[in-house]
Amino acid sequence: MNDLLTGVQTAFELILAADPEVITITLTTLRITFSSVLIGTLISIPLGAAITFREFRGKKTLISIIQTLYALPTVIVGLLCYMVLSRSGPLGDLKWLFTPNGMIFGQTILIIPIMAGLTIAALQAIDPIITDTIRSLGATRLQFLKSHLREARFAIMAAVIVGFSRAISEVGTAIMIGGNIKGHTRVLTTAISLQTSMGNFNLSLALGIILLAIALIINLIMGFVQNR
Amino acid sequence: MIDIQDIVKEFDGNIVLTGVTETIQRGEIFAIIGPSGQGKTTLLRILGLLLKPTSGRILFEEKSITHLSDSDPVRRRFGMVFQSPVAFKDSVYHNIALGLRYRGFSKEAIREKVLQKLDEIGLTGYENRKATTLSGGEKQRVSLARVMVTGPDVLILDEPTANLDPVSTEVIEDLIRHYNKNLGTTVILSTHDLMQGQRLADRVAVMMNGRFIQSGPIFDVFTRPCSEDVAKFIGISNVLSGKIIRKEEGMSVILVDGTEIHALAEDPVGTQVKIAIRPEEITLHTGPDRLSSARNILFGIVEAVRPFGIISLISVKSGDLVLSVQVTWQSIKELDLKPGVQVTLSFKAPSVHIMPDENSHAC
Repeated sequence: MNDLLTGVQTAFELILAADPEVITITLTTLRITFSSVLIGTLISIPLGAAITFREFRGKKTLISIIQTLYALPTVIVGLLCYMVLSRSGPLGDLKWLFTPNGMIFGQTILIIPIMAGLTIAALQAIDPIITDTIRSLGATRLQFLKSHLREARFAIMAAVIVGFSRAISEVGTAIMIGGNIKGHTRVLTTAISLQTSMGNFNLSLALGIILLAIALIINLIMGFVQNR
Repeated sequence: MIDIQDIVKEFDGNIVLTGVTETIQRGEIFAIIGPSGQGKTTLLRILGLLLKPTSGRILFEEKSITHLSDSDPVRRRFGMVFQSPVAFKDSVYHNIALGLRYRGFSKEAIREKVLQKLDEIGLTGYENRKATTLSGGEKQRVSLARVMVTGPDVLILDEPTANLDPVSTEVIEDLIRHYNKNLGTTVILSTHDLMQGQRLADRVAVMMNGRFIQSGPIFDVFTRPCSEDVAKFIGISNVLSGKIIRKEEGMSVILVDGTEIHALAEDPVGTQVKIAIRPEEITLHTGPDRLSSARNILFGIVEAVRPFGIISLISVKSGDLVLSVQVTWQSIKELDLKPGVQVTLSFKAPSVHIMPDENSHAC
């Protein structure tokens, strides 16, 4: 118990002292997470909308597959991306293995199923009478889509938060594709994992607190936007 | 203006509309009445261009609109209001402005039109409120404004007041009348509320089993139902079977459950007919020697008194014939009407409405 309290105390000292290593790790994490969420959002929302509003064979099966992939293990994404990005892999020429770009690539793939799936759920939850109203007001195809996305915006925002949470908290893809290189691909989760195995619990706790604080701030901002 | 030609609609083998044909005139209020589950909503969704019929055609200004593409500009000349009020998760202002935004109006034009509509529906000052927080009646007014602000030629309303309280219903009805009268909007509405049909419509159609079994000016349908189903639906509780047994002084004498009733029937002697007598057209009194010009005077005994607010329906048995009579609450007290009391019923020959014997034929 005492260890834990000392740990928390040291953690706050490290944060308040603006430890350069802690700052670098935090900034790398933010850059990678925000990039994956941004790219993931740009792919998932149109994908979710297309699946919701188009009728095609195997639609239900596709949605089931997407929902199954919510539980996609991060190490499996890590493994597959490793194989794709390695020198002999199909995208080997990009030289993204052990780079932040590679990590963004992996995390984007990791969060697309859950963000697209929740977008589909958000759009399907819209009352059919809203759809009737939009159609009978004479919306064009694009206006039809825009109005639906607007009506589902709070639920879609929740999908983005879930994607963000999954990206910032995962360690499997980050360590397998990033390699946890100090000052380059080391992020909060991989650093915590390393420091813990080295017995540096104080630093681990400090990084953990920062991770939670970021998640809290993002949620507070989103909550504020939703209430407005 | 709108020609509905033999519209049939099937859903997975269920035939919902069995052949609807009607012509709707420009500028009229046309009400579709009928019990629930008879296809009213399906027909309105087809007219509102949200659904395509399985067969049949709809012409709008002589051009077919049966299979319009999603982007056809003719769609924007139709507006539809649904049974449940629709509120987008946005401000009242945004809710009303939506259709104008779709049409690419400038910000200033939208502002002017929306504020004018808010004034018309009595919700001035509500523009920044969240539409989802409004009451049902207010939401329905917003739903109507959202459609009317786009200036449609045809306004379609599916049971627009079915979920509303009487005060909100009156507001909506006043607005419908206002738009029809002042903007010349053609209105097609469905209702299961007969009184609403009577209050609003120029013409009505009675929908049963997926088609119109009677349509015409409101007075005609309500005074001259063409079948037993229509008569019962429009609230005539005395529908009886009889046979014309002879002609007398230009009138037909019909034998109904052993009692002779005088009526104005054209049919020859021997014809089986159905007769309908509105409960409010029968006069009830207790004194034996009341002078009456009515051709039909029956003596009977009160069987039951069923109160309906300030008006009660009284069942009177005269021989084997049982008739419902409408009596005010006041008269029940004055005449001390209760089961077993002897009464006299009188009604005029023209009050006896004659219908063909077979039921459910279109007319």
